[in-house]
Amino acid sequence: MQVSSVKFKLVEGTRSAGQSIFAHGFRSFLTTLGIIIGVASVIAVVSVVQGFSANITQQFDGMGTNVINIESFTPRKERLQGVRAKLTYNDYLQIKYKIAGISNVTPTVRMWGSNAGITYRGQTSSSMIVGTASTYQKLNTVYPERGRFFNASDDQSRRRVAVLGPSIMSKLDIKGDPIGQHVGVSGEWFKVIGIAEKRGKLFGFDQDDFILLPFSTTRALLGGAEEPDIIISFQVNEPSQLDQVKQQVKNLLRRNHKLDQDANDDFEIATADQMLDTFDKIIGSTTLVLGGIVGISLLVGGIGIMNIMLVSVTERTREIGIQKALGATRFDILLQFLIEAVFLCLLGGLLGLILGFGAGSLISNLTGLPSATVPLWAVILSFGFSAGIGLIFGIIPAAKAANLDPIDALRYE
Amino acid sequence: MSKQTIIELKGIAKQYVMGSESFYALDHIDLDIYLNDYIAIVGSSGSGKSTLMNLLGCLDYPTNGEYKLKGTDVATLDENHLAGIRNQEIGFIFQNFNLLPRASALQNVMQPLIYRGLPLAERKRRAENALTMVGLQDRMTHVPNQLSGGQRQRVAIARALVTEPAILLADEPTGNLDSTTTIEIMALFDQLHADGQTLIIVTHEQEIAERCHRVVTLKDGHLMSDQLNQPQASSPSLEVNAGV
Ligand SMILES: Nc1ncnc2c1ncn2[C@@H]1O[C@H](COP(=O)(O)OP(=O)(O)OP(=O)(O)O)[C@@H](O)[C@H]1O
Ligand SMILES: [Mg+2]
Repeated sequence: MQVSSVKFKLVEGTRSAGQSIFAHGFRSFLTTLGIIIGVASVIAVVSVVQGFSANITQQFDGMGTNVINIESFTPRKERLQGVRAKLTYNDYLQIKYKIAGISNVTPTVRMWGSNAGITYRGQTSSSMIVGTASTYQKLNTVYPERGRFFNASDDQSRRRVAVLGPSIMSKLDIKGDPIGQHVGVSGEWFKVIGIAEKRGKLFGFDQDDFILLPFSTTRALLGGAEEPDIIISFQVNEPSQLDQVKQQVKNLLRRNHKLDQDANDDFEIATADQMLDTFDKIIGSTTLVLGGIVGISLLVGGIGIMNIMLVSVTERTREIGIQKALGATRFDILLQFLIEAVFLCLLGGLLGLILGFGAGSLISNLTGLPSATVPLWAVILSFGFSAGIGLIFGIIPAAKAANLDPIDALRYE
Repeated sequence: MSKQTIIELKGIAKQYVMGSESFYALDHIDLDIYLNDYIAIVGSSGSGKSTLMNLLGCLDYPTNGEYKLKGTDVATLDENHLAGIRNQEIGFIFQNFNLLPRASALQNVMQPLIYRGLPLAERKRRAENALTMVGLQDRMTHVPNQLSGGQRQRVAIARALVTEPAILLADEPTGNLDSTTTIEIMALFDQLHADGQTLIIVTHEQEIAERCHRVVTLKDGHLMSDQLNQPQASSPSLEVNAGV
């Protein structure tokens, strides 16, 4: 058969499929409802998960891919025995001065709990208190929305200055220009010099509910009673040396902590890449499982289509007989019903897409998750799958129609 | 007068088996039809007229016998060729119209032209001409159930004519028409015949049979007579007993 004649038949088939689908609008809608719901749920789920993951990736990107974070790590068993591993200021100094090829080495100390209240004119907030060096800004690419970040001299001279997370502003009910005002932390007054950029919520956790203080000031604030456990972060200048640097830091800390040959590390070295990888794996397997469930629902939708198409073929037996009497070949009839099934599924897919995106956006809005995004692959996959379902489940009804004997079909009552 | 054979039937039989009983709706019929023939097929109800038409239109298969259309044994053709014949060679006007119920008059008439691969504009042009020819130019967008019986009949006629078929098969084409319209349609058939069309018309009406040039009479599946009409003359043997 010539290509042009197949093309002609496709065009005519599409025309007649469109006519017959819209002639029975409501029935067509019900027929394809399974596909609509199937695709809508894929898109809703994918859009939420993807929006979520895009947001997290963005955050990791902000952190820089060649950033290394080191935290103390105490195995569960030892923790139960009251042992607590610790990273100390000394560890920080050792890393800073003994490891080559790194920059922006930043110590961070976090304070929680009852003594960590922040006060302002009678209002109190238990926001996270982060004591960190001025290099924190470069490392985490945080920019002040207003005012400035603290600098090395603030840190060195233990100035009582603070950068506020935007959420604190409302928590403490700070009115007017916050810059230059004072907030109380553990009974000491700190001058507000900057407000950080808004970052939004992640896992329902407000990322803007913090106060940043210079590291040395925070240490003094904590008092000399006990060395605080700190987090050490730094940037590896040459991404290719990431693994090498990691190994050097590991050796250094093990020596510093006087760990035996067979003892486990009492710290964890994490790179942003690593965290991103883990996160991607979680998202990937979640998507796969959800995809499987949704695939089953599309299958059920396909069976629904087949069922109604079979009824529709029976109902249109006489019409098929007439078409054959007028010269329609088996292929013409086969194509007509196949196109109708595919067309129906694609329409369902389109409706599902719109519905699913709407539902996804709604879910994101209601739960405070990052806004939903529909990746192109999900759109293509949904349409491809819909068309495939139409083809697979349309073939039986279409073949049934095509194989009708003209005179039997004409006599059908 | 040299006559070119267009259809040859030899020993054509159509047997229906219903349970233990079986009977011949057509009982071994021999019939030759020539180019530009103008044939009336008459016979009482149930005598096998429609059965014969369905065979001639390649819609049904004989149980026995040979059907040659333009020299080709139809039994040797596959489905696609038969579809081609139904589309190109045969124009079929059904006893019960068989219009597509959801399609407008125009779409009904355009339908066979789709299978001919004609573009939309051309299909439309030809279909409009055919509908105008049967006097339905102002009913083109009506669907069948918005048309009277006579109008549906005329849509069916237009649809059969639009493909300019070699043979026009009409099963009771005037059964639903009033006398004025009947005369118009018959005038149209006369004109087609004059232009060289081959026509085979099943009818109960004597005036129509008389108008044709050749009358084939069926009775209980047998071919009773096959006579040439004397123009304007009626022969007693052609009396049709419509009551039976
Ligand atoms: N599919 C079938 N199965 C069994 N018998 C059939 C079938 N089709 C037709 N017949 C029988 O064959 C005989 C001839 O039928 P046909 O339709 O050819 O008659 P007809 O001459 O066209 O009659 P009418 O003038 O009423 O249209 C009838 O007795 C009918 O009952
Ligand atoms: Mg009949």
